[in-house]
Amino acid sequence: MDVRSQISMVFHLDKCIGCHTCSIACKNIWTDRKGTEYMWWNNVETKPGTGYPTRWEDQEKYSGGWELKGGRLELRSTSKSKIVFNIFHNPHMPSMDDYYEPWTYDYGNLFNAPEGCDQPTAKPISLVNGKYLDIDAGPNWDDDLGGSRVYAANDPNLEGMNEEQRAQLAAVERLVMFYFPRICNHCLNPACVAACPSGAMYKRGEDGIVLVDQKRCRAWRACVAACPYKKVFYNWQTGKSEKCILCFPRLETGQAPACFHSCVGRIRYLGILLYDAERIEEIAKSSDENLIDAHRSIILDPYDPQVIEGARANGIHDSVIEAAQKSPVYLWVKLWKLALPPHIEFRTLPMLFYVPPMSPVMAQKDGDIISHTSDDLFHDIDQARLPMQYLARLFGAGHDGKVRYALRKQKAVRAYRRWLTVGDISEATVDRMLREADTTRDEVEAIYRLTSLCTFEDRFVIPPMYREEAIEMLQDPMEAKQSAGFGFMEGPSRGL
Amino acid sequence: MTTFANYLDTVLFAVFPYVAMVLFLVGTIHRYRSESFTYSSLSSQLLENKQHFWAVVPFHYGIITVLTGHIVAFLIPRQFLLFNSKPLRLYILEVSALIFGITTLVSLLAIIARRFTDPRVRVVTTKADWFLYGMLLLQVFCGVYVAIFYRWGSAWFAASASPYLWSLLKLRPEIAVIAAMPFAVKLHIVNAWLVIAFFPFTRLVHILVVPNQYLFRKRQVVRWYRRPQMARS
Repeated sequence: MDVRSQISMVFHLDKCIGCHTCSIACKNIWTDRKGTEYMWWNNVETKPGTGYPTRWEDQEKYSGGWELKGGRLELRSTSKSKIVFNIFHNPHMPSMDDYYEPWTYDYGNLFNAPEGCDQPTAKPISLVNGKYLDIDAGPNWDDDLGGSRVYAANDPNLEGMNEEQRAQLAAVERLVMFYFPRICNHCLNPACVAACPSGAMYKRGEDGIVLVDQKRCRAWRACVAACPYKKVFYNWQTGKSEKCILCFPRLETGQAPACFHSCVGRIRYLGILLYDAERIEEIAKSSDENLIDAHRSIILDPYDPQVIEGARANGIHDSVIEAAQKSPVYLWVKLWKLALPPHIEFRTLPMLFYVPPMSPVMAQKDGDIISHTSDDLFHDIDQARLPMQYLARLFGAGHDGKVRYALRKQKAVRAYRRWLTVGDISEATVDRMLREADTTRDEVEAIYRLTSLCTFEDRFVIPPMYREEAIEMLQDPMEAKQSAGFGFMEGPSRGL
Repeated sequence: MTTFANYLDTVLFAVFPYVAMVLFLVGTIHRYRSESFTYSSLSSQLLENKQHFWAVVPFHYGIITVLTGHIVAFLIPRQFLLFNSKPLRLYILEVSALIFGITTLVSLLAIIARRFTDPRVRVVTTKADWFLYGMLLLQVFCGVYVAIFYRWGSAWFAASASPYLWSLLKLRPEIAVIAAMPFAVKLHIVNAWLVIAFFPFTRLVHILVVPNQYLFRKRQVVRWYRRPQMARS
C-alpha cells in the first residue's frame, strides 16, 4: 500500500444555479493576462449542450483520455511511438475556433465618434490581433441553451438515445436543462501528464494538484490534446500550456480556491482523500461497468489503523490525516455514494465528483393544463425530465445503476424532510423509502445538514500544507513583493 | 581585384565560420541558462490549425532528411563516395535528395505565406522570425538551385565540402577548393554559417530541446517538495 493524499472536490449539481460567479472569480485572478483571454479554467456549461470547447466530450474528434487496447492502457491521442510523428503538428489539437476568439469593444468610439445621424456603437475588437471582429462564438454561447434547441441537439451525450428519450427532453417548454460547472479534475491518472513530451507536467506528491512547469514546457501541445476534459489550455503569447492550479497559493495559506470561496449556491466541497497509489493502473483498467466501484475502492478509509500507519510511513502529516477524517468529500463519495466522477470512461480517474441533479418531474401537457402522473414513490427518477440514459452517459460511463442509486437516496432525503417539516407524508412511507434507498434516518439527516446547513468550515476542510513554511525558510517572501507573484519571473518576449 | 577576392574568401570561409561557431556555442548555452523560459519554438497551431499541417509537417520531414544527408556526407565522406560508385545508386540518391529539397522549398514558402496571410498568426511572428525565414528561404533555394544546375552534388560534396569542414575543425582552414566553387555554392555555404551564427537568437533553438527522454520515462510524473521516506512494508 502506497498511501498518498489528494485534495478532492465535490460539486452538488442540484444546488447549482448557473450564475457563473465561480468563472468570474477565477478569470479575475488567473486568466486576465494576454494570451489567456480565451481560457476559462473554471466554466459553467448548460447541459444538454455542446460545452467549451465545442463538443469536448466527443473523443472521436479530440482523442482525449485513455483507452484499453488489448489489456493495456494507452493514450488515445498519442502513443510513445506516435509522439515522434505528431510533434510537428498535433492532429488532435483544438484550434482557437473550437473555443472562441476573445474580444473587447471599441469603447473609445462612443466618445470620439464624429457627429452624425446614428448613435455611435462600440464595435467588437479581437484581443488577438486588435482588428474589428464579427463575433460568431463566445464563452457560454449556448448558456441556458442559447434560446434554441440547436446547441443542445449537438450534445455528444445524446448519442445512443432513442427518439422517445429525446422527446422526453423536449416534452415541456421545448427542453429541460441543468448546469455543469467544470474545473480541472486533478486526476489520479492524468492523461495530460502522461502525454507531456518535456516532462513539464506533474502531479504534486503532497496534495495531488496537477501543474505545468512553465520553464520546462516547450509548446509541444500534447497535453491539450490528451486531456479528455480539455482543461489544459495553450497560451499563444507565451507558448506555454496553462491550467487550473486549484489556487494552490490560496490553499497553502488555508483559504479555499477562489471558485469555491465565491460559489453563491454553496455547491462546492473540498477535502482530503487518502488513496492507494499502487493501484492506480489496475483501477484505470477496470471494465466500464466496474469503473465507478473500482474508483471508489482506491479511496482509503482514513480511520483504518493500517491506512493511518501507511500514511505516516509515507510522510503524511497527522494534521493531514485528521483533515482526511473530517473530509466532506469522503462522505459524499465513499460513505454516501452520492457523488459520481464525470465521464469516468475516459479512465483518467478524476478527483472531482458530482452529485447528479434532480430534474423536474415529467408531466403531460394537455391543452393548457399540465398534469403529473405518479404512483411509485421514486416515480420521478425514471419519469424525470432528464432521461436516466443521459445522466448515465455523463456520470455512469453509460450504466445507470450508480446514478439511480444516488438519485433515489437524494429523493429519500427530500421525503424525510418533508415528513418532518410539512407532514403530508406518513412515517411508514418515509421509512419504506429510506429502506428502498439503502439509507437510514441518521445518514439522511447528515446528508441534509451537509447539503443545506453547511458552513464554510463544513464545506472546506483544508489541512495546513507546510509548503509555505518550507519556502519561507529559503526565501524572504517580502523580497518578491511587487516583482513576482502575478507577473512574469522571466519575460515572455522572443526574438531580437 | 584578385587580392580583394582572395581576402573576401578568407574572411567568409576561414574567419566567419569560427565567429559563427563561437556565437552558436556561447549563445545557445547563455540563452539556456538565462532565458530558458523562451527556449522553444512558439507554436501557432492553436491560432490556425489547417494550413499548419500542410506547411509544417512536410517542411520538417524535408529539412530533416536533407540536413541528415549533409551531415552523413560530412562525417563519412569515403563511405559516401564508395556508395555512389555505382551510377544507379547515385541517381537514386540524387533524385530523392532533390525531391526532399523541393518539398522543403515548397513547404517553406507555404509556412511563410501562412505567417503572412493569417491575421492571427501574423501577430505572433516576430522580426527575428521574418529574418530567419528569409535566411532559410535563401538557403533552401540555393540548395535546390545547386542540386539542379550543378548535378551530382552528393558525389562532389563528399570530395570538396567535407574536407573543407574537417579542415575547419582541425583549425587549419583550407579554402582553395571552396574558393573555386560557383557563386551559388558559395552563397549556400556563407548563408549556412549565417544561420548557425543566428541560431541561438531565433526559434531554431527548439531543435536542441526535442524531448528525447519521453520515450524512456515513466508515464506519470510526481514531484515532491520534500521526498518522503518511502519506508514501505
